[in-house]
Amino acid sequence: MNALALVLTVFVACVVEAVEALTIVLAAGLTREWRSTFQGMAVALLVLAAVVAAVGPALTLFPLGALRLVVGGLLAVFGLQWLRKAVLRASGYQNLHDEAGIYARQVAAAQAAATGGRNGVRDWYAFTLSFKGVLLEGLEVVFIAITFGDNQGNLGLAAVGAAAAVLVVAGVGVSARAPLARVPENIMKFAVGVMLTSFGTFWGAEGAGVRWPGNDAALLVIVPVIVAVSLGYTVVLRRSRVAALGAAERAL
Amino acid sequence: MSRWLRSVGAFWYDFIIGDDWRGAAVVLAALAGTAVAVHAAGVNAWWLMPVCVIAALGWSLRRATRGRS
Repeated sequence: MNALALVLTVFVACVVEAVEALTIVLAAGLTREWRSTFQGMAVALLVLAAVVAAVGPALTLFPLGALRLVVGGLLAVFGLQWLRKAVLRASGYQNLHDEAGIYARQVAAAQAAATGGRNGVRDWYAFTLSFKGVLLEGLEVVFIAITFGDNQGNLGLAAVGAAAAVLVVAGVGVSARAPLARVPENIMKFAVGVMLTSFGTFWGAEGAGVRWPGNDAALLVIVPVIVAVSLGYTVVLRRSRVAALGAAERAL
Repeated sequence: MSRWLRSVGAFWYDFIIGDDWRGAAVVLAALAGTAVAVHAAGVNAWWLMPVCVIAALGWSLRRATRGRS
């Protein structure tokens, strides 16, 4: 895996998660109170930094084979989750991720929630909403960045990809002051799902003792195969959905 | 305390396993099968993981869409 692929994969994964976190932060900040929202975000970022500081160096202590077995397995499981969701959305079985709709729901909940401070925080609801949003979305980013970076022996480059994504999304979000509804999140989720599943498959099998034909070049086959199969599943599901809807309409 | 443990467990389950545990089960079984094939039988079973991952995705999608339109 070259440096560009590493940075791009982490960057795209981080953009997807950062867009989701931004929606929650904007809903908390614009409807409740910015100071408590920023406090929640700052505490969540501190927790994430602590996780990176603790887990990152600890992973380097593991032998590479064992690391690839465990991390590869986790990445494959993670990737399958992302791909499953992306295929279900693309085939019409699940609604596309709608940042504007999610934002509207978060705003309504934030407006209805009780006011009041706690532990030196002026608005506890804004604090916890922002904290949970940033922490939960951030954990996925941290997991992807650490596992990809560590397997490639280049945590620094993975961190650059993650930081660039967060900065870009935060910059656009601050200037727009609105959820980024136009980001093609499903396509990005599909792409990241393919990369996570492909690399998870490659590293997991390698960790289990396999010697891939062509060594690293095997990835040049695995990635297109996963793309083709996922697109194939999408087409088949879309057709069967259209056929089922047609049959239902005819029955009426 | 037990409520806290339950919620922590639920969080990690949702984080790692997600909506369908079958994907995780197939990946785990495929890795174990690959390791056994390589170390016990001396077979370089590089094909096992990709085949299982592709099958797991199809299985999970089929279960998620069965009876729905």
